[in-house]
Amino acid sequence: MIEPMQTPGVWEILTLRGGHNTTVVLVGALLLGVAAGVVGVFAMLRRRSLVADAVGHATLPGICVAFLIANAMGVEARSLAVLLPGAAVGAVLGLLAIQWMTRATRLTEDAAIGAVLSVWFGVGVVMLSAIQGMDIGNQGGLKSFIFGQTATMSERDARLMGGVALLSIVAVLVMFKQLRLVAFNDDFAASIGVRVALVDGGLMALVVMVSVAGLQAVGMLLIVALLIIPPAAARFWTDRLGLLALLSGVIGGAAASIGALVSARMDRMPAGPAIVLVAGVFFVVGMVAAPRRGVGAGVLRHLGVRVRVHADHTLSRLRLPGPHHVASVMPSGVIGRLVRLVLARRGWIRSEGSMVALTDAGEAAAVLAERRRRLWQRYLVRYADVAPSHVDISADAIEHVIDPVIVATLEAELAAESSAGSGA
Amino acid sequence: MSPGIHEFISIDLPPMLAGTFACLSCALVGNFLVLRRISLMGDAISHSVLPGLVVAFMLTGTRAAFPMFVGAAAAGLLTVGLVELLRRYARIEPGAAMGVVFSVLFALGVLLLERGAGRHVDLDADCVLNGVLEGMIWFPPSEWSEFATWQTLREVPRQVWTLMAAVAVVGVFVVALFKELRIVCFDPGLATSQGYPASLLNGGLMLVVACVTVASFEAVGSILVIAMLICPAASARMLTDRLSSQVVVSGVIATVCGVSGYVLGAFGPRWLGFDNALSASGMITVVAGVVMTLSMLFGPQHGAAVRFVRRVRFVLTIAREDLLGSLYRAQERGEMSLAIVEVADATGGAGGGLAVRVARRRAILRGQVQERAGRVSLTEAGQKEAASIIRSHRLWESYLVERGGFAPDHVHDAAMRLEHARDTERRARLEPPQPASAIDPHDRPIPPG
Repeated sequence: MIEPMQTPGVWEILTLRGGHNTTVVLVGALLLGVAAGVVGVFAMLRRRSLVADAVGHATLPGICVAFLIANAMGVEARSLAVLLPGAAVGAVLGLLAIQWMTRATRLTEDAAIGAVLSVWFGVGVVMLSAIQGMDIGNQGGLKSFIFGQTATMSERDARLMGGVALLSIVAVLVMFKQLRLVAFNDDFAASIGVRVALVDGGLMALVVMVSVAGLQAVGMLLIVALLIIPPAAARFWTDRLGLLALLSGVIGGAAASIGALVSARMDRMPAGPAIVLVAGVFFVVGMVAAPRRGVGAGVLRHLGVRVRVHADHTLSRLRLPGPHHVASVMPSGVIGRLVRLVLARRGWIRSEGSMVALTDAGEAAAVLAERRRRLWQRYLVRYADVAPSHVDISADAIEHVIDPVIVATLEAELAAESSAGSGA
Repeated sequence: MSPGIHEFISIDLPPMLAGTFACLSCALVGNFLVLRRISLMGDAISHSVLPGLVVAFMLTGTRAAFPMFVGAAAAGLLTVGLVELLRRYARIEPGAAMGVVFSVLFALGVLLLERGAGRHVDLDADCVLNGVLEGMIWFPPSEWSEFATWQTLREVPRQVWTLMAAVAVVGVFVVALFKELRIVCFDPGLATSQGYPASLLNGGLMLVVACVTVASFEAVGSILVIAMLICPAASARMLTDRLSSQVVVSGVIATVCGVSGYVLGAFGPRWLGFDNALSASGMITVVAGVVMTLSMLFGPQHGAAVRFVRRVRFVLTIAREDLLGSLYRAQERGEMSLAIVEVADATGGAGGGLAVRVARRRAILRGQVQERAGRVSLTEAGQKEAASIIRSHRLWESYLVERGGFAPDHVHDAAMRLEHARDTERRARLEPPQPASAIDPHDRPIPPG
């Protein structure tokens, strides 16, 4: 058994005493994560998220060609300064191909993305197999771009990564106004003189920059995750663009640095998957816990509407001459129990054993609910041209979601209308 | 049997068959993904089956086909379900939802592979991407007569049989549910209103995609699976408009890609004098990309090059007709010829200077126009053609004024565009009814037809 390499402790790394190289890699990863998070927000809002997947895959043939050219010219072929421009060229060609396919042919963007992604990567795989057959040394590093590898990252590489990332963050800040306009309403942006195609092109250039910068740390297959997951995770928490970009950058930076840290600390823990999984944790937390847009909140909202609907129905059934058995006025199961709980808590019903009846307050609430329902029915018949025989169905569905303010407006309108009607 | 043939059957035939069957099954089901604009679901599924495979391996400890298949199919369906959940309840844009789900699952798979399972078995990240086509070997008997025995056939690599079964399953699925799939692809709303269970069919389609992905993925790798789910169907879509012919054409393309890609990968370098083979599944992907590019350019109806040629011809026709028209009008003013510079001014609208020059050459070649000393004039044949154009122009002007209620000084530009619609098919439908007088709204005579 080989003695494991001496790895610095978490605390040492965090206090920047974990060796200069580790610190540089960590800061580079942090910057990369922030850049990807911020750029990814705009890619997501432009609905171009998956283009980043094609960009990542499309770098492979570029890397191979750059390697071959540099090798033929006798330059150190594995240095990033040679390979990354090649990767960028491959990615840009892939992007142009996607754009051409969606514009000039009848194929849709999803097919274009998938085709470019797989064919470019296929070309790269063929070239890799050709390179393996050749008598060129020093080619092992090429494959590390597929899955990413921070362990072999030199300080120069990390500085390059951090520098490119920093540059793209600055570019986003400079273009922020234009990006925001185009992201929300490109027609409006065009009408006030923003050159939408140029802004989109700039955005795609940023996607390419971030993807290429992240190749060595995250790998070309998973770099898309760094551009998609932080924005999607941040989207759970806010509707404001500035905050969204900030939050997404923070999540991206946190995921990238934590992932890189874990990878540096643990044996056999590749950085790319580690970073993506940390980002995935942020996503799941937002999905479960976010107050308005999370899945948890969505399910609760759905449940709340159903309880309110059934509560209203229960009230109107209870107004009929009693006595009422619980089973005959309330639905069974969890919803029924929740309805009973809510009504009892508000003091609208009192129950003796399995019998229930309305309290005085409940009577009033039931009358109000009934009034809302009638209002809607009249409104639908009068204003929305719904046939009288059809109003029951839609009124039942709509009365529960109507805003009290609208109810008040309706009442006023209907009252005015009925007095005018009686006057004529 | 000669040793060469024996070697071919032993080393090249099994991977070639497996690759081609994989291509065929992916391509057939891919048609419906491409039409429904969810091509990237194939991408997502083929990435996220990885953790399914690894978990199945870790639970059972074997690479037996069945548990692997179940694990991967479960992961595929989990992907579909999670994407739907995110889209519906978290209201995340479908592309981003897909990206989140498959990248997290793929990362999980790579990590599990790296940390546990990969150590004990030849399951590694490389073969996930590229498959193990090259590793498929069959030891066939040396006599043809012994081929049909049970023992011989049992030694054919398992993937060949699995993928043949996948082709059969997909074939049956597509043929049996063709009508239902078609209506669901083109108009899910109509399908639901007609009583077709659209969501059930969608689920079935996804299940078949997952199964095909899993069956092919092990042999050819995920990249070729994605390419084959999309490229043949997209190529076929550029070549035909009918769904049934699209499915057939995509199958043919997939088969051609599978066979020729393998041959190029295995023998191509040898033909060029190198002794190593290239990645077979990579090469099949490249061939698929080439076929797709060719069909995007040269598809008979929709190809970009074909459409470009059609447009250039159209522009040239319009420029030539404008040239004839302006010469005719010059004659009416009493000028029998025009300087080329003046003509360029009069007809510069369509396609700029180059189109005007080419159009003039073509008019001269057709004998409609003659050029002498920097001036052009109409020939006798040109006279007739020009009269027909001017007739069309002035009839349209009359029509627009008399029936359309336009002011006479507003109709010229519209008529300039409409006058070119003179082919017999359209003439019957578009030529305006004969006006009472043979004089147009600007008091010029309408040439007789």
